[in-house]
Amino acid sequence: MSEAPSVVSERSPRHAPASDAEVRDLISAAVAARRRLEIEGGGSKRALRSPVTADVVLELRALSGVLDYDPEELVIRACAGTPLREIETLLEERQQMLAFEPFDHALWFGAEPGRATLGGIMAANISGPRRVSSGAARDHLLGFTAVSGRGELLKGGGAVVKNVSGFDLPKLMAGSWGTLAVLTSLTVRVVPRPPAQTTLRFFGLSDAIANRLMTAALATPAAVSAAAHLPAVPASAAETLLRLEGFGPSVKARVRLLEEHLASFGSPEALHDESSTRAWRRVVALEPLPRRGCTWWRLSVPPARGAEAGAALADATRAVLYDWGGGLVYAAVPEPAPESAPQSAAESAAGVLDARIRSVARTLGGHARCVQGSAAPAPAPAAPRPPGSSALRTLNERVKAAFDPFGILNPGLDLAAEL
Amino acid sequence: MPVKMPAPEPETLARRAQIAAAMRAIVPGEGVIDHADELAPYESDALTAYAQKPLLVVLPENTEQVAAVLRWCGEQGVRVVPRGAGTSLSGGALPLADGILLGLSRLNRILEVDYDNRLAVVQPGVTNLAVSQAVAARGFYYAPDPSSQVACTIGGNVAENSGGVHCLKYGMTAHNVLALKMVLMSGEVLELGARALDAPGYDLLGVAIGSEGLLGVVTEVTLKLLIKPPQAQAALLGFESVGSAARCVAEVIAQGIIPAGMEMMDKPAIHAAEDFLGIGYPRDVEALLIVEVDGPAEECAHLMELVTATAQRNGASTLRVASGEQERLRFWAGRKAAFPAIGRISPDYYCIDGTIPRRCLPEMLARMADMSLRHGLRVANVFHAGDGNLHPLILYDANVPGDLERAEEFAAEILRTCVAMGGVLSGEHGIGVEKRDLMPEMFGELDLAHQERIKCAFDPDMLLNPGKVFPTLHRCAELGRMHVHHGQLKFPELPRL
Repeated sequence: MSEAPSVVSERSPRHAPASDAEVRDLISAAVAARRRLEIEGGGSKRALRSPVTADVVLELRALSGVLDYDPEELVIRACAGTPLREIETLLEERQQMLAFEPFDHALWFGAEPGRATLGGIMAANISGPRRVSSGAARDHLLGFTAVSGRGELLKGGGAVVKNVSGFDLPKLMAGSWGTLAVLTSLTVRVVPRPPAQTTLRFFGLSDAIANRLMTAALATPAAVSAAAHLPAVPASAAETLLRLEGFGPSVKARVRLLEEHLASFGSPEALHDESSTRAWRRVVALEPLPRRGCTWWRLSVPPARGAEAGAALADATRAVLYDWGGGLVYAAVPEPAPESAPQSAAESAAGVLDARIRSVARTLGGHARCVQGSAAPAPAPAAPRPPGSSALRTLNERVKAAFDPFGILNPGLDLAAEL
Repeated sequence: MPVKMPAPEPETLARRAQIAAAMRAIVPGEGVIDHADELAPYESDALTAYAQKPLLVVLPENTEQVAAVLRWCGEQGVRVVPRGAGTSLSGGALPLADGILLGLSRLNRILEVDYDNRLAVVQPGVTNLAVSQAVAARGFYYAPDPSSQVACTIGGNVAENSGGVHCLKYGMTAHNVLALKMVLMSGEVLELGARALDAPGYDLLGVAIGSEGLLGVVTEVTLKLLIKPPQAQAALLGFESVGSAARCVAEVIAQGIIPAGMEMMDKPAIHAAEDFLGIGYPRDVEALLIVEVDGPAEECAHLMELVTATAQRNGASTLRVASGEQERLRFWAGRKAAFPAIGRISPDYYCIDGTIPRRCLPEMLARMADMSLRHGLRVANVFHAGDGNLHPLILYDANVPGDLERAEEFAAEILRTCVAMGGVLSGEHGIGVEKRDLMPEMFGELDLAHQERIKCAFDPDMLLNPGKVFPTLHRCAELGRMHVHHGQLKFPELPRL
């Protein structure tokens, strides 16, 4: 074993390994002692997931830095703890970007920004508005190194875009929330940053009509890169945003094309470059959603059906926001008043509402997840499960056991529970 | 056969008639083939160097039959090899003497097209091109376009994570599939992914795509549909050196252009294509690029201007922009016919598939020229220059003793060089049996063990397509025990099953 990694806090033991070998040694030692580990990048997304019960925090912040960046190869390789901001700044200098438009959740929680790490973004598979046109984080993770829950250092994928050499482990790592392996470095695809962007903004559309507008826009050859709808009070202030990006002459031509196709929905206002960027920052920050007294839910549904989800939950929500052309619905649900008589989680008002939200998403062919506010662990979903889901749950559990047989990585975070 | 496959189980071979009867009870009519003559067409896929007659061929018609076949085989310990159209270039569908070859060709219907959500649900036996044709009238298409798209099926595309010439801009199969219905060896039917843009649980959809038929049998695929760009324009660019052509490619990308396609051919490939089709490719250049851009007319014009200026800066000696759709298709015809063109000038050829970082292209070609001399075999190159995916074609004559072996050694050297340059063993054809024994070039023992444990999670008895992808077959129990011996990286290798 190499030099003992430093313990950074006396209160709750924290380890901040600074190399792959240190991560491996830490996890090996944890395996031997059956010590449970909470895996943390910058800690900016803690509120998004259910709580973890661990003996030690393993944080990746000391494992930071860009390892390789060749703009002409459209690939960047960096340590897992590298701040997202550092990566984005570097890419911006070379007129490039991450196509999946990741973002810092400090925007949601009003926390100090800049803590989000590349590893955290991938582990949580975080994608922004461009997801509807350019794919999710998982589509851009080409390769990685990691230490599995067995304390073994492994690599997966490669450093090139076209690769069918063995199973696609990068996909498995993306969105696994550190429950299979601790990512130590990542190889990510980058793309050129479009020199121009224009957002067409329509006002005053109802959710249903806005959803139809977004569906129509995404079916034109204008290559709409993002489509969102922000309902408002009064309804005339509701905004529907369609973004076009690319070279100047191309964006201009596509704006015209889009306006022609969508003439029946009214005449939109055009926001160029900086003002377009600002409009989308509000979407990513979920600005219209109330910050206090609400639980935030995230419903992922087929894009043309987003407004149906919003309508089905209208009486239970204080505000909603649609991204991904309607495929992503954020709903702010008022927290119920504390109940006098103690009840089981499933019978409580909150439990009934949870089950209802999940059921709405499932009926539309999607799923729902509570992403903020409710400190209580999610109750067992009461809605009927689709056929075959138990086999899928078992398979998820077997995959977990294959990588982390002792359950020492992020215990309590059960990704199979939603199935 | 130079590649060792798992030894047949004598017990299974002895039970052939009983197994055939059991299969007939599940798949009635013509769906079970056991006559030796009728098995012959199934003994190889497109990697014809390897052949093996299967125990039986079973051609189910629906998910229920697939599930019943797999459940029965799972319970009885009978191996199964899935097959689409048999166009695999890596031997992914090579049969086993004691295995049922499960052909998905009769599952060939497009079940649903949902234009609002931009998706199509199809069965695995639908051909790649048929999907685009079915939705063309509404202005949609399915983006991945392997050159064999007339014949290859969506099920096979999913198994091999197929690409095509437009991957650089539009991604591979993995980026264009939303969901799968998959049957496990246990007969359980799973839905992986969703019509929504993400799904709960681990991304097993992502793992299943490109898993080469080792994890489950796919019976339905939900494909992402794209909108056809209003226009496409192509340029033919000839260079006096591969280095200049490669620099042109790099500079196009450095300007922020992601072309819809960017293909390179070397001199032998240019000449073969020109002799075959007489397209008007220049014969006096060392490298030819076909660069295609798409979008509204204004975008094509703007990008084409940038591309041609870049080509001029890099000393292009040929520079032709297609005057219309007909000429654009002619530019592509030579590239797409490169394989048959080579087939005309050599009794046999061996198509290699590896990927390297783009910057290594000139060095790779120089090294290949040297290898060609040493191995005494000619090589022609076509490649997806935009994403560094090489397809060297090694020319040989199977009737000359030792030629095939020399071609295989040549191929292995190319692939080892790909890995050494920071690339990978396969860009889009898969590992199959062809590159199986080269996997340790790219992955260490622990890397492979983690992959194999996924196989164990899906198929604990290793009955589905064994002998492919992984160089050594480990029993799942052995892989599970590894942690007990932590620190001792060497674990005892078992003989092949």
